[in-house]
Amino acid sequence: MHALEISGLKKTYRNGFVALKGIDLNVEEGDFFALLGPNGAGKSTTISIITSLVNKSAGSVKVFGNDMQQHPMRVKRDLGLVPQEFNFNMFEPVEEIVINQAGYYGVDKQTARERCEWALKKLGLWEKRRAVARGLSGGMKRRLMIARALVHKPRLLILDEPTAGVDIELRRSMWQFLREVNGEGTTIILTTHYLEEAEQLCRNVAIIDQGTIVENTSIKQLINQLDKETFILDLAVPLTVAPTLQCGYPLELIDETTLEMEVRREQTINVVFEELSRSGIEVMSMRNKANRLEELFLDLVERGGEK
Amino acid sequence: MDLHTYRIAFTTILVKEVRRFARIWIQTILPPMITTALYFVIFGKMIGSQLAPIEGFSYMDYIVPGLIMMTIISNSYANVVSSFYGAKFSNYVEELLISPIPHSLILIGYIAGGVARGLTVGVMVTLVAMFFTEIHFYNLWVSLSVVLLTSILFALAGFINAVFAKSFDDISIIPTFVLVPLTYLGGVFYSVSMLPGLWQTLSLGNPILYMVNTFRYGMLGVSDISLAVAYGVILLFIAVLYSYSLWLMKKGVGLRG
Repeated sequence: MHALEISGLKKTYRNGFVALKGIDLNVEEGDFFALLGPNGAGKSTTISIITSLVNKSAGSVKVFGNDMQQHPMRVKRDLGLVPQEFNFNMFEPVEEIVINQAGYYGVDKQTARERCEWALKKLGLWEKRRAVARGLSGGMKRRLMIARALVHKPRLLILDEPTAGVDIELRRSMWQFLREVNGEGTTIILTTHYLEEAEQLCRNVAIIDQGTIVENTSIKQLINQLDKETFILDLAVPLTVAPTLQCGYPLELIDETTLEMEVRREQTINVVFEELSRSGIEVMSMRNKANRLEELFLDLVERGGEK
Repeated sequence: MDLHTYRIAFTTILVKEVRRFARIWIQTILPPMITTALYFVIFGKMIGSQLAPIEGFSYMDYIVPGLIMMTIISNSYANVVSSFYGAKFSNYVEELLISPIPHSLILIGYIAGGVARGLTVGVMVTLVAMFFTEIHFYNLWVSLSVVLLTSILFALAGFINAVFAKSFDDISIIPTFVLVPLTYLGGVFYSVSMLPGLWQTLSLGNPILYMVNTFRYGMLGVSDISLAVAYGVILLFIAVLYSYSLWLMKKGVGLRG
């Protein structure tokens, strides 16, 4: 069953800006799905339409088979949203924000308290439950929004850049928590600017650019599309010019102890090391220049732009 | 969702609203008590003691119902306009918009919050009035019903103001330039029968006149307006404002892109 079915979704704002040009998208139940795209691509508009915060211009949205036009309450009941911007009352205590949200979904007080405790403990906010929200750090506020979105046990959780501005240690603990939530059966749609995050968490991905889906596939297949990789080689001894290799791989000297090398997928890099050893050049370490998904993302968006 | 879950959702909005104005009681409950006490001292005691009775009542007794009604009107309005605009401004209105609560229930929840504040402040001001005069009710049911209906009406008006407001300045324009003049000209401090003919007729176009006079009837048993006409006017305003508010919510005016 599809957790989300979007078909022919269009949005034109009152000022004439066309945010979505008719997108089609399916997300399977239980999936951890990434919706990627540059700023202004249409990600947030799509999410806002799914969650009834923006009116669509055309097309249809179904959540677990329920059309949002015909059964808006059923659709809303199944959704949880973690928006990009903080959108809670900064003057309310943490616990009150989460329990109130449960109340809006008709969850009784006792159950709401139990779920609130579970979510706040899982997200490391239990000690702060009586603190007023505006006193929390940025990372805590993000976690509060996740706790709030989960308190009514949604079947589909939408996270719009949930880890923006969060330090790497905290981000990793949030990833772990989200994996657990997904493992328990909640379908998750994630938008993020950290492509490593999408690569780590998601199984399937759609890339949206200028209001159009430019790619919709699995993360694995997407990465397999990458036909070249760039490596950085750290050298033991400084060089003045980049060596020319007989195997024909282009090498560029970035600084006197750093070489950059571009390799196609079908090429082996063993020959490079053999030739460098023969020339007396010692390589101390090697790393990818950029995240592979990041390279592919830029490539796809660039191609989309050229079209 | 069934009735039980709707009841939980409604209670959540109402309790949240009551907690909000209770948390900031120094801004919401105390000022009207002080202001009204000043009205009682200056207009009731100092100036009122020099004036002849109106319709058989001392000036102090005559203005008490109007002053209580004035605080109910301004507080039920202020509660909804500031709370709903605050929710819009800080985007936490989205908590409600994405949840499976019908628009009518969101509206009723906010209105109930406005009524709760209007009634709370009304009771507090009545207690203050007891320090200056003896309070009695000629007809308790008329008093209670008109207080309830008036606070509903002005809570609805506050909601509409909040929907259209684009800045904090916009939520004070209507109270300053419309509500206060209409209240002062609505027979709080005088009987419309004391006005010249043309002004009497013009006063009949002021909806607040009907509420103040009905409440005065409830407390003192005297009114410039027929009760049936007054209830008719109030109910008509409520019906129109409620329908308009609901239409605004359904259309998403000021709320959805």
